[in-house]
Amino acid sequence: MSDATGPQTREVADPSPRVVVRHRLSTRIWHWTNALTLLVMAMSGMMIFNAHPRLYWGEYGANADAAWLEIGARGERGYLRIGGAQVETTGVLGRWRDADGMTRSRAFPYWATIPSNYSLAGGRLWHLSFAWIFALSLTAYMIRSLCNGHLRRDLATDRSDWSPRHLWREVKDHARLRFTKGAAAPRYNSLQKLSYIGVIFVMLPLMIFTGLAMSPGFDAALPIAEAFGGRQSARSIHFITMCALIGFFIVHIAMVVAAGPINEIRSMITGRMRIAPEAPGEEA
Amino acid sequence: MSILSRRDTLVRAGQAGLVAGAAGLLAGCDALDRSPRFRKILSLGEDMHRHSQRLLQDRDALATEYSSDDLSPVFRSNGTRLPDSADYAAQAANKFVDWRIAVTGLVARPLSLSLADIRSGPQRTQITRHDCVEGWSAIGQWTGMPLHRVLAAAGIRDTARYIVFRCADRFGDTPYYESIDLVDALHPQTLLAWRLNGAALPIANGAPVRLRVERQLGYKHAKYVNAIEAVASLGGIGRGMGGYWEDASNYEWYAGI
Repeated sequence: MSDATGPQTREVADPSPRVVVRHRLSTRIWHWTNALTLLVMAMSGMMIFNAHPRLYWGEYGANADAAWLEIGARGERGYLRIGGAQVETTGVLGRWRDADGMTRSRAFPYWATIPSNYSLAGGRLWHLSFAWIFALSLTAYMIRSLCNGHLRRDLATDRSDWSPRHLWREVKDHARLRFTKGAAAPRYNSLQKLSYIGVIFVMLPLMIFTGLAMSPGFDAALPIAEAFGGRQSARSIHFITMCALIGFFIVHIAMVVAAGPINEIRSMITGRMRIAPEAPGEEA
Repeated sequence: MSILSRRDTLVRAGQAGLVAGAAGLLAGCDALDRSPRFRKILSLGEDMHRHSQRLLQDRDALATEYSSDDLSPVFRSNGTRLPDSADYAAQAANKFVDWRIAVTGLVARPLSLSLADIRSGPQRTQITRHDCVEGWSAIGQWTGMPLHRVLAAAGIRDTARYIVFRCADRFGDTPYYESIDLVDALHPQTLLAWRLNGAALPIANGAPVRLRVERQLGYKHAKYVNAIEAVASLGGIGRGMGGYWEDASNYEWYAGI
């Protein structure tokens, strides 16, 4: 296994059309474990949020204090308020109909929460147990990626990855859905590297630490809420990072669809990716 | 079939698949959520949190204490705000002078403590953050008698493992109750508190005496405490899960997270 199993391309058998091993086993196992875990964490987290759908900055925050974000209902109408800006969200947030057609006044709708019927205790049961799978699998994957060279070979950036001109060109190429073809296709481009590093080494750890910062028991062992500006700030950052992860997920899925969903999904299941032959004269 | 229409069909099939998948996922999660066996597996997570927190915490590690500049302008009350009984109303009208807290169970010397007993002797004052399971927090200053003093005076027996608190407020017909183990019961910040922010504990916050267990969430902090019992097991308390919300709605007994 020492030679080649990442985006580093290794040719397998018949060269036409070329098939390369793109993703290591550890990457594939973690990817799908993490995908399922994050889905459960997000949906059970929304159930927990429904118990108190207001966010604050600082150490404390309750109904009498000023909330910077609030999802609620006034009369028949649901709303989302961020700072001074308010939008009506009837049907989706704040006030909506459940699967049986009953009108409910809760922040996130039944189809976005685990369990689907309001239960703070149920949401916590799912959230806090899957938190172990989430944190332990992420840690194992980080260590594995450090040891097997995935980090160094595939994710580490050099100066060119950060050059604004280069990044801007990649942004334009992505927006036009023009993707790298041929030999360079299996390698991560700069935007991919930066977003994967941002997710794996910044956002996901931030979810773990802001989560722990909300725990009164953990606070007595290691008071880290202060580092985030207080417990309610940690809760706000936890929520904002969750939204950012959903944003990443949407772009991620859009890119998979645009780049060829069957080939891309297969490469994350079997590890193997088919490389389109390069058209003569086309820039790779 | 042209490539375009084939792609269209694929996209449509994909959308239908996504909707069916999402519905299946929801139904699947709800089915799992109702399965006692699956809930039992999930509750292993709770045990792991308790064990790891106890491993990381010093036995007497203190919850963060704040300064008077950090106090919440309004300390929110939750749960029962006014116990609904003639006896409690009479006690409140009488400024709780006849309030008694019975200390019983696995103790060498059962006690019946008056409010004056609770207020006498060494007291502890602490400014701490109250974290509700719902997600909100409030910072308040609490004064009260450390629970370990009460337990020392009563002489808890070696067989005692948990301390149960019984309360004057009722949910339906059930008086509120909660329990903690000896690690938290003997912790220096665990108080029978009778003052909040320098004034007598308001009724909405649990007058005349409430429990403070600073390393756990709000529902463990029993209000309107009128009995303390040392027990060897939680089996005979309520439905056996150790507290009102634990029995009624499956909230975790260990609420450190």
